[in-house]
Amino acid sequence: MQKLLDYGPLLLGGAVTTICLAVLSLLLATLLGGWGARAKLLRPRGDPLNKGLIRLQARVATAYTTLARGIPDLVLMLILYFGGQRALNWVTELAGLDTLEFSKFLAGTLAIGLLYGAYLTETFRGAWLAVAKGQGEAAEALGLRGLRAFRLVLFPQFVRHALPGYGNVWQVLVKSTAVVSVIGLEDLVGLANDVGKSQRDPFLFMLVVIVVYLGITSVSGWGFNRLERYYSRGMR
Amino acid sequence: MRFDLVFEHWDLFARGVVTTLELVALSLAVGFCIALPCGLALARGHRSARLIRAYVYVFRGTPLLVQTYLFYYGLGVTLGQYDWVRDSLFWPFLRDAWWIALLVFSLNSGAYATEIIRGAVITIPRGELEAARALGLSDRQVDFLVLIPSALRRALPQYGNEVVFMLHGSVVAGVITIQDIFGVTQTFRARYYVAYEGFLTAAALYMAITFVIVLIFRQLEKRYLAHLGLSR
Repeated sequence: MQKLLDYGPLLLGGAVTTICLAVLSLLLATLLGGWGARAKLLRPRGDPLNKGLIRLQARVATAYTTLARGIPDLVLMLILYFGGQRALNWVTELAGLDTLEFSKFLAGTLAIGLLYGAYLTETFRGAWLAVAKGQGEAAEALGLRGLRAFRLVLFPQFVRHALPGYGNVWQVLVKSTAVVSVIGLEDLVGLANDVGKSQRDPFLFMLVVIVVYLGITSVSGWGFNRLERYYSRGMR
Repeated sequence: MRFDLVFEHWDLFARGVVTTLELVALSLAVGFCIALPCGLALARGHRSARLIRAYVYVFRGTPLLVQTYLFYYGLGVTLGQYDWVRDSLFWPFLRDAWWIALLVFSLNSGAYATEIIRGAVITIPRGELEAARALGLSDRQVDFLVLIPSALRRALPQYGNEVVFMLHGSVVAGVITIQDIFGVTQTFRARYYVAYEGFLTAAALYMAITFVIVLIFRQLEKRYLAHLGLSR
């Protein structure tokens, strides 16, 4: 017990790192998912150049979602970590600076964000398609156009359809953050592993990690439930 | 880029692929054997449901890496302090990364599959069971001839996802020194000082296996879900 109290603040810091990593990755994944869904849904229109660009985006988005769903998180993380280091070395060499270390936190965020962005692309695409077509037309009939129709009519319904899938992706993403400890980031898992080994009681410290992760997944599960209820308040 | 080194040592990667496939297939098989009774028990509110719910909650709510560390270091170091554990029959297994990985992966996959099977069982159309009873089948026959096959068919698409997740999760085995695809990549890096090429190769291998799994499940779905008329 004393051991836990001694290392409590350290582990708490690790938990904060883990949560920051998860939230930032989710943010990146959301942006990528939004872009991917839009790219896949847009119909080619306008002048030939514009049409070509839209088609190209759709192709890139399809390639992205197919490839990203085939790679394990840890492998992508290592590719980005070593690749990022290489690119950084190249840049510092060109600029004549000393070598800098590529951030492990950044590599982790990029890898997790990229992977789950692919899953969110499909979630968002499905949710957008689930909003009935008549809703947009009804909004237009009320005199709402463009951004206002989107904000007042389409977006809230889109959120209602997207939330369950979004919540699932978040739960999987949170668990995915554990593997950043393998590239040496001092997150909750990495710290607990080190301390556990040096204190010769890895079981105890891993149990703490288990409890923290269960806490995160339980609290966010509860939160998503409330959000889902809020966004379906117009439904019976 | 030194991909010639990868090609020169292709046998290393081939062995990695075999180890990964072995480990994933065995874990899925054991996990399935855990999940079938657990899923049925959950769907029916058997008195063991509470215990099963706790098991599923813990294994689905925490990262596979942490579960693996808990068993690998936890059992090895913490339990290893006691003589009676060291003297026991199971000690060689508890020290061996391969057995630990198999145990943890099976429990993990079992927890996810339990949820999938539970979902498939509770969504069975009532009429299907009533029709079976009307034909004079006994309870046991209804279970084994109608309920379970029907649930497993409908669980196929989700189970396909679980198989891919298990494959991707299995990189954790490489972290605890097993020479799976990820493990041999680490060995390759340590031996020849080339990191990038190895990881790209690993990514390509995992991706290829993922596509094969997806293809297999697409065929299975075409065959076993043909009655739904979804196949194009």
